[in-house]
Amino acid sequence: MTSLTELILFLVVLSDFAVLGTSRLSSCIRAVALQGLLLGLLPLVIDESLTRHAVGLALGTVAVKAIVLPAFLRWAIREAAVRREVEPLIGYTASIALGIAALAVAFAVANVLPMRGGEAELLIPTALVTVMIGLTVLITRAKALLQVVGYLMLENGIYLFGLTQARRVPFLVEAGVLLDVFVGVFIMGIVVFHINREFDSISAARLTELHE
Amino acid sequence: MIPLALVVIPALSAGLAYWLRSGRARSRVLITCGVVHLLLVAAIWIEGDHAVAASGWLAADALGRIVLTLVSILFLAVAHYSVGYHAEQRARGGRRGRAFESCILAFLAAASLVTLSHHLALLWIGMEATTLAIAPLVFDRRDRRSLEAVWKYLVLSSVGIAFALLGIFLLATAQPTGAEGGRPLVFGDMIQHARQLDPAWLRAAFVFVAIGFGTKMGLAPMHAWKPDTYGEAPGHVAGLMAGALTSCAFLGLARVTAIAFAAGQGAFVRPVLIGLGLTSLVIAAAFIVGQGDVRRMLAYSSVEHMGILVLGLGLGGAGAYGAVLHTLNNGLAKGLMFLTAANIVLAMGTSVASEIRGLLRILPASGALLVIGLFAVTGSPPFGLFISEFTILRAAFTEQHPWIAASTILLLVVIFVGIAGMILELAYGKPVPSHAARGGGGSTERASLVVAPALLAAMVLLLGVYIPAPLADALARAAAVLGGHAP
Amino acid sequence: MTAARLLWQLAALGVLLVAAPLILGIARKTRAILTGRRGPRVWQLYADLRKLSLKGAVYSITTTEVFRLTPLVVLATTLLASTLLPLNGQRALLSFAGDFAAFAGLLALGRFFMVLGALDTGSSFEGMGASRDVTFASLVEPGLFVTFVALSVAGGALSLSGMLGAELWLRWGAVAPTMVLLAGSIFVLMLAECARVPVDDPATHLELTMVHEVMLLDTSGPDLALVLYAHAVKLSLFAAIIVDILVPRSTLPPWSAIALLGAGIIGVGILVGVVESTMARLRLSKVPLFIASGSALGLFGLILLLR
Repeated sequence: MTSLTELILFLVVLSDFAVLGTSRLSSCIRAVALQGLLLGLLPLVIDESLTRHAVGLALGTVAVKAIVLPAFLRWAIREAAVRREVEPLIGYTASIALGIAALAVAFAVANVLPMRGGEAELLIPTALVTVMIGLTVLITRAKALLQVVGYLMLENGIYLFGLTQARRVPFLVEAGVLLDVFVGVFIMGIVVFHINREFDSISAARLTELHE
Repeated sequence: MIPLALVVIPALSAGLAYWLRSGRARSRVLITCGVVHLLLVAAIWIEGDHAVAASGWLAADALGRIVLTLVSILFLAVAHYSVGYHAEQRARGGRRGRAFESCILAFLAAASLVTLSHHLALLWIGMEATTLAIAPLVFDRRDRRSLEAVWKYLVLSSVGIAFALLGIFLLATAQPTGAEGGRPLVFGDMIQHARQLDPAWLRAAFVFVAIGFGTKMGLAPMHAWKPDTYGEAPGHVAGLMAGALTSCAFLGLARVTAIAFAAGQGAFVRPVLIGLGLTSLVIAAAFIVGQGDVRRMLAYSSVEHMGILVLGLGLGGAGAYGAVLHTLNNGLAKGLMFLTAANIVLAMGTSVASEIRGLLRILPASGALLVIGLFAVTGSPPFGLFISEFTILRAAFTEQHPWIAASTILLLVVIFVGIAGMILELAYGKPVPSHAARGGGGSTERASLVVAPALLAAMVLLLGVYIPAPLADALARAAAVLGGHAP
Repeated sequence: MTAARLLWQLAALGVLLVAAPLILGIARKTRAILTGRRGPRVWQLYADLRKLSLKGAVYSITTTEVFRLTPLVVLATTLLASTLLPLNGQRALLSFAGDFAAFAGLLALGRFFMVLGALDTGSSFEGMGASRDVTFASLVEPGLFVTFVALSVAGGALSLSGMLGAELWLRWGAVAPTMVLLAGSIFVLMLAECARVPVDDPATHLELTMVHEVMLLDTSGPDLALVLYAHAVKLSLFAAIIVDILVPRSTLPPWSAIALLGAGIIGVGILVGVVESTMARLRLSKVPLFIASGSALGLFGLILLLR
């Protein structure tokens, strides 16, 4: 079971890097959808026994993070006729380098954290690196849609961290968190749609009218 | 069962309001729900600490009850105001979407959940829901500027609050498994078993929660969304945000701070809070002086008061008491100010200070409320904010922080000069003729647009001269939870 | 015992050297089949090499001795490098601490002479190709070193034989996922180092877009045969590294270890063909990102091993 968990966590990190390195919007969305799918699989493999709690969490996660939200983001691209390039503020190679730095920091930090219980060893660093790369995407991508993707990755990282506590946090709470993320991304997507119509671009860099 | 009803009734009303087609029916649902909510809150005051639901996840302790009351009062004021506001807009040929009542009722449900939930993750869910429920209302005018404002608000708040979620998970990690740690993430159990919390995880949790809920409160340096959002959102929505939403966020921060205090982490937590508070005061002072827009100025004033809140929390002692009282005072005063500002924008068509003059002559009632609000919001006697700010400042002296007290007083004076300079000019200057015309008959003030802010003003004044005994008792108990005491 | 071992090592080297042209043939055949053509026979390169070696060489009057020396140096460095790899899954013919640096250095020396030879012709096309080749190489080399360092951490030794040979078997179970990452990294770096799609397209006929091929425009006859053969050997060397990483063979009987090497080389050849038929050549400006991604895999592996 552990090695399967580790394999999934590997793929999660690789999907982080895929978002950092690709120049096509649709590839980024595909990568984040894949990440959602992997996240949905994790509760099933992380525990020895299949509980109803784990199955419910897996189904909800896959439905929201791997199916509905990516489909919705694709809809936003199509309907708003967004240009398909990522247009980052820093180069892709520099992004990858930042990602590697984040990876090193994540493992260094995870090493010094006092961990309670026998959680999968890779879970904490993967969670940290996903949070950091999500933030990187949020900050270094001008496109509003990619900022949504970055936010989704940030949430995914926190979700991974939450998995260490999965047995202690009741299902109702997880469902609520998932619902909040869903509605949040949904509203962001609607706003992205309007931004594109108003500004003929979903570049958040154009949002500069309000300042001191 | 009352706590559950306080969440469920507004949520159901939100659904009902979305389903209703007639605007008048929706308004009726809104007002009715506001009144019922306030009555239920009154019932909770009578029932006291016995009001528990959902196996202890929902409860109304003193701290939560005070914030809940503030939310309920502000909601009713804003609901009442919005009926007049929309009538006024309709009279001018403006149209509005159906979502207003649903969103604002959903906000009420979420904010009630925040104030009542004793499960910290549940509290987070409510907090995120308040963000999302309010966001469509910021985008009310559907133009570029409001689009930019709502985007900044959504992204910054969502990212901030995501950090808060991380902090709450860290808090769960700090809690030992098994019976000796108590139920996971339940506030009362965490306080009771605080000594068993792992200090390293607890500190990390506190930092993330402070960043997360600090962003939601609009503490400097995480305040970037605030002036834009308050400047672009409709006045009454901004009032609800500045009065109720920020207070809910403060409640979240206060709960985690209480846990940290109980675990003996005061030496780590206090400097963080005091630092955030002073930074907010400095930033607010710097941007209030010379500010050219009334609503943006009010936004920075909100940053200032959030700073005072965490300052009081960080100072401890009587400061905690002052902070809780200040939450109440500031919420009411912010409601008053933003509703009055909304009246001005409605009449003048702008909130740019240089284009507004002679309000006392054009809009006598709103102008007068603005001047009253000026003194209330800057903490002048005899208003409630004077009492609470004074309590916090005195705590700074008694807790051996004279320098903090001195610099706070200095910053408050600067802020007073900044706000007074702008508002007195607005009120007493000579009217610019063109603007009375542009507003389109601004000289007639609807009574329904003045009642709510006037009542709020009366409450702020009342709190300055008399604190009812049950409230004083609740304040003292809330302060005790936050590691302080009554002065 | 030692004599037998030496014999098996030589046999493995022999298989590699004989099978090397096959890997290019297989890659080409795979690409042809996947794109709906019949393509040349997989043995075509052997015939080409024979034909070229029977021809005479033509030298431009602007070239000097350097140009004539280039094919020999390229082949010599590649052959020398092949003695450093533990091809039979046990030990290499030559092995010493830090020999992975020698391996990379030998390949770099070969490349250096390729570039010198290209510049020696004075052709602007060849100069341009040389410039691109060096640019890519300067990115590949750090990635290669990172991956080798990661491998040496995994194997706990500083020589290629130590990190890829017998001892790897003992640790392989614990680090298997990381090894897959490192193999991926080597594969990406191989595509760049050996001028395959998506970094360079060996089938292109437009000098402006060529990288590696353009440097050989003036090379003819036996010289061309030598360079082409060296190129094939280099590709199979990388394939052998991948086989070493993924399939520890030290506990197998020697003959099956060598058979696995041959099968692995064929497999890598097929994989290269699949990549070539499914991917387009990258824009020149995107190549650094591609190589950096490959190096990032290596770094990721290193971080995982160091934690």
